[in-house]
Order: sequence, then structure tokens, then C-alpha cells
Amino acid sequence: MNLAIRDIRYHRGRFILTSIGLGLLLGVVISMGGIYRGLIADALAILHANKADIWVVQQGTNGPFAESSRIPEETRYRIAAVPGVAAVSPVAFQTIQIERNNKPFRFFLIGYALDSFGGPPGIIAGRNIRQKHYEMVVAKSMKIDLGEKIRLGQNEYSVVGISENIVSSSGDPAAYVTLADAQEIQFKKSNHAIRNERAKIKDGVAGNKALSPQQAELLRQSITATTESTHTVNAVMVRLAPGADLKGTQERIQRWNQLRAISDTEQTAILAKGMIEKARMQLGLFRVILLIISAVIISLIIYTSTLDKIRVIATLKLIGSQNRVIIGMILQQSLLMGVLAYAIGYLTILLTYEKFPRRIVLEAFDLQSLFVIVMAICTLSSFVGIRKALKVEPAEALGG
Amino acid sequence: MDKSMYAIEVDNLTKIYGKGETVVTALQDATFKVKPGELVAILGPSGSGKTTLLTCIGLINEPTHGRVVIDGTTVADEGWHNGIDLKRMRREKLGFIFQAHNLIPFLTAQENVMVALEINGLTRNDAKLRSVELLNALNLGHRVNNYPTALSGGESQRVAIARALANRPRVILADEPTAALDTENGKNVMDLLKKLAVDNHSAIMVVTHDHRMVDGFDRILEVSDGRIVAEVKNGAV
Repeated sequence: MNLAIRDIRYHRGRFILTSIGLGLLLGVVISMGGIYRGLIADALAILHANKADIWVVQQGTNGPFAESSRIPEETRYRIAAVPGVAAVSPVAFQTIQIERNNKPFRFFLIGYALDSFGGPPGIIAGRNIRQKHYEMVVAKSMKIDLGEKIRLGQNEYSVVGISENIVSSSGDPAAYVTLADAQEIQFKKSNHAIRNERAKIKDGVAGNKALSPQQAELLRQSITATTESTHTVNAVMVRLAPGADLKGTQERIQRWNQLRAISDTEQTAILAKGMIEKARMQLGLFRVILLIISAVIISLIIYTSTLDKIRVIATLKLIGSQNRVIIGMILQQSLLMGVLAYAIGYLTILLTYEKFPRRIVLEAFDLQSLFVIVMAICTLSSFVGIRKALKVEPAEALGG
Repeated sequence: MDKSMYAIEVDNLTKIYGKGETVVTALQDATFKVKPGELVAILGPSGSGKTTLLTCIGLINEPTHGRVVIDGTTVADEGWHNGIDLKRMRREKLGFIFQAHNLIPFLTAQENVMVALEINGLTRNDAKLRSVELLNALNLGHRVNNYPTALSGGESQRVAIARALANRPRVILADEPTAALDTENGKNVMDLLKKLAVDNHSAIMVVTHDHRMVDGFDRILEVSDGRIVAEVKNGAV
């Protein structure tokens, strides 16, 4: 006869309620692990979507995601000429926050060259960008309808396509425009600023009496063209030809002093370790604290449950019950509570994780490891109850 | 002595609690024998040592001195006898009935009886059959699936008796079995114990402080200040 099951059956209300409480706690532990995995997945999402072998960024930076990086757009042509390079794609990234439906609306804007890779990962509605200007593809999670117009900078952009969900390393959903549009949004100054700057340049050039009027006009035009140029990108993505030497190609690109060539592995390390290390440690600490709390709660529940059963245990001992029957009853109850609580926690997160503001990634290994940890905690926690039970004297069954 | 002659043999049984200045002699030089089928009452006021006597015979309390033999097996001889398996002895040779019936609250009446049988190694099916048989014999056939909370005091005590009888023990020890019952139920329980002593050929020792309940017992041991001060055979007190 399984005494643990019989006791649970009799006190099922109390057992289920306790398990629900514990289950929700374990659900938080599961979600913390999922958030951590989600952080990594988010951080690497754009990396994985683009499948670049090398990221060329501004020298001395960890750009373009961890740090600001700006390089001239024409760098792409020089990089494309490096032996072993199969394709290049200049990209511009920018986090944008606008007002939409009277609420702050934040997303990550990616500008890519239409004639190269780096565009949206998969169009699930509408179409990809075809025109050089004022078209936009948004991630499904942005919940923007096809045809909707979004004002960015000085222009309006029509949503022509909805892509699969893709997010930035900060977890913001990504939207795509052409590189030219992204450059304009990111680098083009306002009309007032342009007018002011042009006037300053004109005054400055006019003040130089050594120049003839024609020379002054040419100089003014040259300075204005340079200052107003938007032909800057945040990075150039590089795909290598099969068999190309990664290290050698990196070294060749880095010979241009203003550039740094980061391999995909290095970029992954920058994003996964550098950017989310603190978040990982914090989430890890929370998980450990919550597991300790769970252990304390399970211990207390099992201990008080054992105290409630002192007379039962004494009676069992008096009628000659072996210790293994009593140990089994307490241990099985503890393990069953752990199993039920884990199932409740897992189901809760499974049913709700898509509604979390941040991505939750549930990985089988994490779930299995947590299950083993919970079982270990339940086993250890039951020891306090078992210790108490083994000290109970059969004589305690006597008396009124 | 022939093994079957006596179910219980107690010789100069002494139990001392504490050490030094706090020493208390709860039981001193108790000597008696009980035959199978004999119904013996241990009578005495509170604190007289009757429960101590019962717990020493019940292998719950280790005697300080003296000898205890249960069904021919020496269980204590100046302390527990070497190599004695107390739990096994309790399972196989002894049955206990308590003042507050001590049924396990999360088991039904039938399961309360079955648990004693399964602990003693009976298979589930055999335990089921035996438990139903016992409960039917005690007029509790209609209560097999009821939890203790749904049973009356008298019914609970009968279930406890069924549990005590489950493994056909040679000795049944009852500690104030009627204390929690009204007079009528108390008398019914005592009548049942008398019948069981005869039918099952078990030695039954009942601790009580209620003189009214021991009418018809084979023998009465009166305990006072830790000593057996009187022994009355075959008569009403």
C-alpha cells in the first residue's frame, strides 16, 4: 500500500494548492532560464539571419551592436576586391522610438542594400522592398498592418511587407528599409540645420580673401557636399567564398587602418558574453535564490507535514512498520510534490511564454536540468522530515 | 517451559527512569504469567506504573531489569535480549489497541487493517480478503470504505481491534481502550475483547483504571506505586 498516495488523496486540496504555489515559483525559475536563453537568441538573431562571416566596423570599436561604428559606404567596394570575399553588404542600424497610437513605439531599423544580402529573413505577408525609397518591411511582432504609413525623420514610409519575427540584441522588433533610406533617417540633418551649416560654410569661405570667387564657390560646394553626405554605414557584412582563409581575409581588411574586421565567432562572443553577461549573472542569481526559496519551502512543507503525522508514524512504528515504509512515505510525497509543482510551472510557462514582453526560449536541456535539480532539492528537503520521523518513538502512539 | 504454555512471562520486571537524584522507579519486580486465551486486566490509578508495564511487554520501553518472554521467545533479560528484532516481534506476535484508537486518518477502515497486514508481508489481495473478513466479523462490513472521521467512536475502536487482530497475534495489549467511549460502547468493546480471547486463543492484557469494565476478566493485576499489589482470579471485583 502506498501511504504517500493515500495521504495525498485524503489531503488532495492542500497538496494541490501547495503544489500550485510551488509550481508558480518554479515557473518563475523556468521563465528566468527562458529569458536568459531569449536574451542570447535575441542578441544573436540578426547575426544568424545574415550569416555573415566577417563584420567590418570602425577601428577600435566593437560595433555595430555593442558600440557605435561609422565607416564610409564606399568601403564596400574596396572590401569586395579582397581575395576570398564572395559578397559584401553595407548596413545601417538604428534604434528608433516614435509615437504610435499615442504610445511610445520602439523598434530597430535596419537599412540594407537591395542588391545584396542582409534583408528581412522571410516575408510572411505582402512583399519585399522593391523601390529604393519609402518602402518598409516590418516584423510580425510590431503588429503593423500592410499599407500603413510610418513617419520616420522627414519622410513617410509605406509598410509593404511583414517579415518573420526578428529582434535586435536589445529585444526590439526589427524593421527594414533600403540602405539609402536608413542613411537619410540616420545621418541627414534637418532643413534648419542644413541652412545654418550652409550659411556658416559660405561665410567662412567668403572670409578667405586669398581665394578667387570661382575658387571660393568650388570650395564651398566641396565642403557642403562632404558635410551633407549621408554615404556612411555602420558596418559592412562580408561573406567569404568557400575555402577562403578567414584569418587571412580579416588581416587584409584590417590593413586599412580605419577598419576592424570581426569574425562571426568574435561578434557572437561580443554579443553573447559582453552585452548580456550582467543580465546572465543577474538572472542566474535570481534562479539560485528562487531555487533556495523553493528548497526552504519544500523542507518546511515536508517538515510540518511530518509533524502532522507524528502520531501516525508512531502508530506505524508500534505495529512493527519498517523504517523504509516511513521513509518511503515522506520521500515519495516530497518527490510527488516536486513533480506536480514542476509540471504546473512548466505548463504555466508553456501556455504563457508567448505573451511575455521579452522572448522566452525553452530549451530541453535547461528544462531537464531543472527537473533533476528540483528532484534533488525534494530529496534533500525530505531529509528534515525523515530525520524527524526516524526520531519518533512508538510510545508516542499511546495515551489520549 | 513448553513454548505454547504461556503467551507472556514476566519475571522481576523493573523499569527505572532517570539517573542520580532524578531517578524514578516506575515499575518494580513485576512477576506474572499469562496463558493464551487468558484475559487479564491491569488496574490501578494514574501514575501507578500500569502503562509502563504494558509498554515493557509491548517492546516499546526497554526494561531496566528482569526478564520478559513472549510466546516462548525471550525478548528482554536485563535489557533487550541480544539480537532480538523488536519490530518483527511487534508485527508478528503483538497487537495493540489504544485509548484513542489511533487509526490512520488518511486510510479507510479497510486500509487501516490492510496496512498492518501488508507491513507483515501479506500480498495486497490476501490483505484485502483478510481485512474484509475481520471487519465483517466485527460488524463493520458496511464501513470498509469509510474514513475514520466518518466512523463513530465505537466503530473506530472496533476497526482498531480488527487491525490489532490482523496478524493473528499471540498477545493483544490494550491501553485504556474504553477511555474515549461512553459506557455502553465501552462495555461492548470489553465484551468483544473477552470473546476474542476465547475465539482467537490470544492472551489479552487490558490497562484500565475503571473497575466497572473488568467484570468477567480471567485475572486482574492491581498495580500501585510500581508494584503489583494484588492479583484476583476468576471473579468480579
